Amino acid sequence: MTTFPEYIAQNEERDGVRFSWNVWPSSRLEATRMVVPVAALFTPLKERTDLPPIQYEPVLCSRATCRAVLNPLCQVDYRAKLWACNFCYQRNQFPPSYAGISEVNQPAELLPLFSTIEYVVQRGPQMPLVFLYVVDTCMEDEDLQALKESLQMSLSLLPPTALVGLITFGRMVQVHELGCEGISKSYVFRGTKDLNAKQLQEMLGLTKPSAAQGRGGIPHCEFSCRFLQPVQKIDMNLTDLLGELQRDPWPVTQGKRPLRSLGVAMSIAVGLLECTFPNTGARIMTFIGGPATQGPGMVVGDELKTPIRSWHDIEKDNTKFMKKATKHYESLANRASSNGHIIDIYACALDQTGLLEMKCCTNYTGGYMVMADSFNTSLFKQTFQRVFTKDVQGSFKMAFAATLEIKTSREIKVSGAIGPCVSLNAKGPCVSENEIGTGGTCQWKVCGLDPSTTLALYFEVVNQHNAPIPQGGRGAIQFVTQYQHSSGQRRIRVTTTARNWADAQTQIQSIAASFDQEAAAILMARLAVYRAETEEGPDVLRWLDRQLIRLFMFHLRRSPFLQVFNNSPDESSYYRHHFNRQDLTQALIMIQPVLYAYSFNGPPEPVLLDSSSILPDRILLMDTFFQILIYHGETVAQWRKAGYQDMPEYENFKHLLQAPVDDAQELLHTRFPMPRYIDTEHGGSQARFLLSKVNPSQTHNNMYTWGQESGAPILTDDVSLQVFMDHLKKLAVSSAA
Amino acid sequence: MNVNQHTPMASPYGQPQPSFGQPGYAPLDGSYPAPYAPYNGPASAYQPGAPPQGYSPFTSFPSKALAANPVSDLPSPLDLGPVRGPPTSGPPPVSAPQQYNQYSQSQGSMQNGPPPPTQAPPRPAVSQPYNQGAMNLSGPHPSYPQHYGPPSTMQQVTNQMTGMQITSGPPTAAGPGYAPPHSSQPPVSTGYSAAPQASYTQAPPPVSSAPTQPPPPSGPAAPQQYYSGPPPSSQQPFNSSLPPTSQQQQQFTSSVPPHPPPQQTLPPSSYSGPVPTQSQPPVPPVSQAQQSFPTPQPPFSSAPPPVSQSSFATGPPPSAPGSFPPQGPPPSSQPGSFPPPGPPLTSAPSCQYPGPMPPQQQPPPSQPSPYHSGHHPPRPQMPPTSMAQSNHLPPGPQGPAGPPGPLQQPPSQPGMQTGYPPQQNGAFGQVRGPQPGYSGPYPGQPNYGAPAPAPPAQKRLDPDAIPSPQASDMPAVQKPRHRIDPDAIPSPIQVIEDDKAKTTEPFTTGVRGQAPPLVTTNFQVQDQGNASPRFIRCTAYNMPCTADMAKQSQVPLAAVIKPLATLPPDEAPPLVVDHGESGPIRCNRCKAYMCPYMQFIEGGRRFQCGFCSCVTEVPPHYFQHLDHTGKRVDCYDRPELSLGSYEFLATVDYCKNNKLPPPPAFIFLIDVSYNAVKSGMVNIVCQELKTLLDCLPRENPEVESAVRVGFVTYNKVLHFYNVKSSLAQPQMMVVSDVSDMFVPLLDGFLVNVNESRQVIESLLDQIPEMFADTRETETVFGPVIQAGLEALKAADCAGKLFVFHTSLPIAEAPGKLKNREDKKLIGTDKEKSLFQPQVGFYSSLAKECVAQGCCVDLFLFPNQYVDVATLAVVPVSTGGSVYKYTYFQAQSDQERFLNDLRRDVQKLVGFDAVMRVRTSTGIRATDFFGSFYMSNTTDVELAGLDCDKAITVEFKHDDKLSEETGALMQCAVLYTSCSGQRRLRVHNMAVNCCSQLADLYRNCETDTIINYFSKYAFRGVLSNPTKAVRETLVNQCAQILACYRKNCASPSSAGQLILPECMKLLPVYLNCVLKSDVLLPGADVSLDDRAYLRQLISCMDVAESHVFFYPRLLPVMKLESGSLPVAVRDSEERLSKGGVYLLETGLHLFLWVGASVQQELLLNIFGTPSFSQIDSNVTSLPVLDNPISQALRELIYSFRAQRSRYMKLMVVKQEDRAELIFRHFLVEDKSASGGASYVDFLCHMHKEIRQLLS
Repeated sequence: MTTFPEYIAQNEERDGVRFSWNVWPSSRLEATRMVVPVAALFTPLKERTDLPPIQYEPVLCSRATCRAVLNPLCQVDYRAKLWACNFCYQRNQFPPSYAGISEVNQPAELLPLFSTIEYVVQRGPQMPLVFLYVVDTCMEDEDLQALKESLQMSLSLLPPTALVGLITFGRMVQVHELGCEGISKSYVFRGTKDLNAKQLQEMLGLTKPSAAQGRGGIPHCEFSCRFLQPVQKIDMNLTDLLGELQRDPWPVTQGKRPLRSLGVAMSIAVGLLECTFPNTGARIMTFIGGPATQGPGMVVGDELKTPIRSWHDIEKDNTKFMKKATKHYESLANRASSNGHIIDIYACALDQTGLLEMKCCTNYTGGYMVMADSFNTSLFKQTFQRVFTKDVQGSFKMAFAATLEIKTSREIKVSGAIGPCVSLNAKGPCVSENEIGTGGTCQWKVCGLDPSTTLALYFEVVNQHNAPIPQGGRGAIQFVTQYQHSSGQRRIRVTTTARNWADAQTQIQSIAASFDQEAAAILMARLAVYRAETEEGPDVLRWLDRQLIRLFMFHLRRSPFLQVFNNSPDESSYYRHHFNRQDLTQALIMIQPVLYAYSFNGPPEPVLLDSSSILPDRILLMDTFFQILIYHGETVAQWRKAGYQDMPEYENFKHLLQAPVDDAQELLHTRFPMPRYIDTEHGGSQARFLLSKVNPSQTHNNMYTWGQESGAPILTDDVSLQVFMDHLKKLAVSSAA
Repeated sequence: MNVNQHTPMASPYGQPQPSFGQPGYAPLDGSYPAPYAPYNGPASAYQPGAPPQGYSPFTSFPSKALAANPVSDLPSPLDLGPVRGPPTSGPPPVSAPQQYNQYSQSQGSMQNGPPPPTQAPPRPAVSQPYNQGAMNLSGPHPSYPQHYGPPSTMQQVTNQMTGMQITSGPPTAAGPGYAPPHSSQPPVSTGYSAAPQASYTQAPPPVSSAPTQPPPPSGPAAPQQYYSGPPPSSQQPFNSSLPPTSQQQQQFTSSVPPHPPPQQTLPPSSYSGPVPTQSQPPVPPVSQAQQSFPTPQPPFSSAPPPVSQSSFATGPPPSAPGSFPPQGPPPSSQPGSFPPPGPPLTSAPSCQYPGPMPPQQQPPPSQPSPYHSGHHPPRPQMPPTSMAQSNHLPPGPQGPAGPPGPLQQPPSQPGMQTGYPPQQNGAFGQVRGPQPGYSGPYPGQPNYGAPAPAPPAQKRLDPDAIPSPQASDMPAVQKPRHRIDPDAIPSPIQVIEDDKAKTTEPFTTGVRGQAPPLVTTNFQVQDQGNASPRFIRCTAYNMPCTADMAKQSQVPLAAVIKPLATLPPDEAPPLVVDHGESGPIRCNRCKAYMCPYMQFIEGGRRFQCGFCSCVTEVPPHYFQHLDHTGKRVDCYDRPELSLGSYEFLATVDYCKNNKLPPPPAFIFLIDVSYNAVKSGMVNIVCQELKTLLDCLPRENPEVESAVRVGFVTYNKVLHFYNVKSSLAQPQMMVVSDVSDMFVPLLDGFLVNVNESRQVIESLLDQIPEMFADTRETETVFGPVIQAGLEALKAADCAGKLFVFHTSLPIAEAPGKLKNREDKKLIGTDKEKSLFQPQVGFYSSLAKECVAQGCCVDLFLFPNQYVDVATLAVVPVSTGGSVYKYTYFQAQSDQERFLNDLRRDVQKLVGFDAVMRVRTSTGIRATDFFGSFYMSNTTDVELAGLDCDKAITVEFKHDDKLSEETGALMQCAVLYTSCSGQRRLRVHNMAVNCCSQLADLYRNCETDTIINYFSKYAFRGVLSNPTKAVRETLVNQCAQILACYRKNCASPSSAGQLILPECMKLLPVYLNCVLKSDVLLPGADVSLDDRAYLRQLISCMDVAESHVFFYPRLLPVMKLESGSLPVAVRDSEERLSKGGVYLLETGLHLFLWVGASVQQELLLNIFGTPSFSQIDSNVTSLPVLDNPISQALRELIYSFRAQRSRYMKLMVVKQEDRAELIFRHFLVEDKSASGGASYVDFLCHMHKEIRQLLS
């Protein structure tokens, strides 16, 4: 018997699943008393290099309300060629192709090894991948140039058969027709008027298809060919087109923002794909250099003297455009997601660009949200490049138009999901009435998936207290993820897991031992963030405070996911977006940044995220997921300034300086999105990133009482961990009743 | 006298002759001898019939005389009465008379040529009548005799003339109701005919005289009597008042006889001359005769005087008196020597009596008549001359001419007339003859010309009877002519030719109240303080002082202003004046600009405004001392102080947003739907633009045009093109959101042609390719204009849109239209809705366009209904033009379209213009007609104003005017030139004011009045049924004429139609307006065509509207390079089967080819000797190396050059189907759609007037 930590790690490794509890309380009452619900972090596309896709389709339970997939937990009668569904207990006949089945000749899906298995659907046409670039032209020439180069570069990364399209926008929105000889054509739309799909279809001249509808996927290509063309065909053409892209020519008078029709541009992009490639994997990649300033979805007027909304404005309900804009983007997100299309947003501007309003576009569709200062930064360039990363088979590490379906044993139901998904409103026997996150359904659409995309799924134990579960009973949950592989294949990945039931009254220790602290922390954090997004801030904190989670909660409370102070609404949205989709490890880093210390005193070591860790002779490397920060202590900084590292006799100092940089590079290369890389020193302005993260154990209030020279005082009124803990203890005791 | 007359007459005659186929005569001249021979023969043979033709010349004279008569009196009394009588009579007698008329006219000449018999065949009926009439007076005579019976006596005639007319008056009454006249006429005619014939016979003797001189004596008396007789009879025919006139004429004719006597006496000489001529001189005389025609005319004129006796008194009288004797001579001379006398006479008359002029016109017709006479002559031969004369008389009866004559004559007739009548008769006869153009056939007729002598007499008569004498005579004599002789009614051609002849000096504008030469006359203008008539023409150059007068007269007070008119190369364009930073000096109160009417006072320190009398300080920088006359010393150095037209440089105060405007832009919007591509339009436009863009308008030919260009194509969606010079290839931007149009790009849309030449050429090459396979048939239209407008807005400049459009915009978009053409509505009260825009969208769009200075020119290429009424709203409101090429086919219509396009693109144009007309206190500009928009009641806003656009402004009194100061008007147009300069063009105009209605009527310009009426009426159809509009026009016209008759004309019988000299063409022109497709559509005229014409008229200037309503019809058989043949009247009767005619309307150009044109001519023109081989589909004539071909092509070229729109040449072969279209433009005839003929309308008008007077 392995330890729970090992078990957990093994499960995560194999199935991409981590439950908050690995032994489940057997009754509803007990479950509710546990405070932290039975929940799971599920990574549908967990990379499994050892998992060969199976070239046939899954066998399904024949009960219409179940349709669970045959899995290792099913009981099989090899002689009768029957199998019993472990969810609904329906007995099913094996299909004819399984005629040769026997105890020694089991199909893969029955092997315990393959609790996670991937099928390839053979039916249907191979869907091309569709990439639609939506490019803002209201930006500085330098930025635009960098962006153009990135886009041109990206063409070379696309598979030759992938379809690409280009929409540019500024004051107007242009849908470019690709592959024209001679004159380049584009359809232009006014940036102030939203169009529904039908109108758009007419205006783009895409209406004729209906006649050809019967022929399946081919007609799509026909209609769409003008705007979405295979890369191999229009590579040169598009490269030229991109090269000729000019900054939006409409004059911008002084004191004004350029008119940017982002809302309409996205609407048109969504509409275009909607009427050409419904239910086919497609990415709408939006590159924006500033906020939408006109038309539907505008987040700020074009008067520079009116700043874009801040949290302060939002709290005061002083936001003229936010609600309308949010509504606009929400409807776009819904349209896109229902068609399986992804919306990515690459926002590069010093000011806010309206991510707050647009967040649902990425959050609902599983798209990427990237925020940088400029398109001319490596942050953007490398991040963008990394989108097209390929796996060993040479396929993109991205999947499209996925549907996640959950089957549960009778004793447990699914309450909801939190992550980059939308509900498909599929009611079923395993849907709980109690909603957490996106609930009320057992199916979710996840338009964009990558190997690290992780959803939080919350369950509810519905077994009544007076209906005990037989000893040794197990609750099972099956995750069925259908998706379009980047090769164009339709695939189905099925993960079936089971956990033991335990009576909380008699086996409380066993349950307690099965608690996965990290998973629970993230799950609760997601819940908190979800609530923070949908409810008023203070309420969330109060709610969170009532949940007894140690340590993590201290940092979570201070994290940008919940605290909006010092963050713009866009930043908050950005952080939350990533928090909601990254896997557990990354999420942990986000909540509690990792701090390493480098000194002559020994090898690099992780140190407490505390002000006391900030010492003059150390170099600190902090990874907050979004930032990689190298901080040179006061003394180190002086040495560096003095140039000791260049002296041969101080080569060790040079190595010391280089060590954190190397480590940082390693992190930078593996992370998506690319973190902001900061190299600073004691007293440097950028050191604030570090100071704001560490536990303010020493502040101007108490630095002298500690009477030590170690560490650096943080000038803040925030409570330190010590104070928080003290307070927490008091509360725990007093409110124990 | 004669000589003088000759000259003047000559010209007219000459012209008429040519037109009438006299040309033929001319050739015949050679033949003249023959005619003479005939004459000689007459005695011997009827060949004289031909002679009669010869007479024709005379007849022509007579006709002139007739005309003269009518016209000559101040009021050219149109003897409508008579005229109508005739017509009426025509009807009744119709069969006979009409035929006669016809024959007489057409056949007359023709047939005459071919001797009765042969000719007769051609026009059987007519010829026959003629023959009868002419030949056998008996035939007609029989009936006439009866009539004559009554009239028979000279006295009676005279009486009749005087009294009869009056009496006839009553009849006329009947006459008015044409029908009645007919009935009445018939009898009359018969009587007349009889009488006339008799008289004729008698007369003939005199005429033929020469020979029968003996009879003459008796004849004279008798003739006269006869004539008188005839007159009466004629009168009778006229039953209606008209008849009287005709009778008078007849009387004249009869009087002619008297002349004959004199003639005879003289004749002897003359006759002898003639006779001799016949024998000896015959030929010469004849030839002379023809030549003499002129002379004869003179005689007429001279005759008129005598006739006019009363009216023409001085001139005429003397001549008359003298003339009698002279006349005698003239007649005789006509043949030969008399020419001289003739001329003088004519000249005199012509001068004095415009009326005479008409006669001249008539002459041509008369010439034909001569034929008749000729015929007669033949008969006469026996009684020869007399016959001839009588024949002539009959012509007289043709009377139309007669009518006029009669009226006038009646008065004077008594004594004088008799003598003259014959001539007139002759004239009349000629009149008839001419038409046939028989003259040609019967060179011999010219000989008759000899008879011409008689005509001279008529002329004299005319003078006397200025108005109707002829008619009366004619009718009387020629009962056959129950109808009015078209030659006897005022002839536009005559008026035009007279004006041309009269205008020898440059027209100086310094004299207030002076009417300029007609638009049809070439003349030079010297600006001496008033605007050139090329810029401003008024309906009246003497404005009534009071509103009451104005109301009484009903003469519209209006000015047709063409602010940017192109001046001929020998006239300097308006000078530009710069008053510096403070802008032009203006009156403080009314804001009138500095002009010659400003009176400087107080030593030059102040000036008093001529418009409002306010005194304004002269700014120091503008101060100048005054000379002893109170004029500024620098008066002649400054255009604004000495000229009628000039320009000011405008300052920023005169600019939109107080910012100097950028140069304008041209945007080409091309329909690329299926139809457009298929018809070849797209290809043509694109090809043409490549070169045309180098010809954008510029003020300085040295500098490249500042105008920027942009391109858009469209079908259901719009395609904008980025043609920025830095691009390697143009970029197309499709805007499919047509419901909410916008311009997708700014930079690169409007470009300088030279900078972006390569990209533009590449674009124009690719457009036809790109859409070659298009299947899109639906188009939008509203968004197209919106697009152009938005583009100009975005560029913040004014400009012009060239829209090339093919079909009804049925695609879903703003301004979408549905097919609403419903023929059933035509003629109903709902008809007006068809002229109104279908939707209000375009009106508001037009308003926006105007605000931006966006002018729209629309080129339509429809294959079916496109709703021009709606589509044209924007062009019309923005000062743009509409061109329509129905069933456009590249091959056949390309030339016309391209020429229009080139001209339209290149022509001088101003943008974002505002026009304000200021007037002196007392009158006010109250109404405006044209292509523009008005947001208030005073400012005419024109998004674009080009050199072809005219604006008609109507004035109304709001106070009294003073005779001393006259009425001043100042038209100021603020506009942006094509180089982007802001300017003010100022035109000043001063006219007199009068307290006497006579002055008003003496200084009117009918062409301008018609321009006003047509615009008024064409606008009226928007709100009233067309029938009501027509009635309104007729009423107003009747009131104008009735007012004249009542207040200005010398007392005369109510049966007379008396027209003011200046307005004698008002009825014929008005009839043309009433018959126009807009007001009276034929079954084959589409609603689009009507709407198209309606808007076309709205911005026409006087010259264009004139030729539009009364097309120019030129005989081109005898073309000579460099000289223009004299036009003929727009009537089928004037066309000779053997002739080729060119007709232009300003929009259409026809070449009509008679069925029996000589092979040689065909060969010369078409390069084929066969009529049947002429390809009527050609649009240009083959280039042949012969004088005729060259001259004809030059002529066509010059016509085209004169008009703002290119006229496609249509070759129409006689009796071809296409002739129907051609006939539509013969506006003096009845139209297929029910429009009245000139004669009928004149009678109708007369009736209206009589009703008003009674």
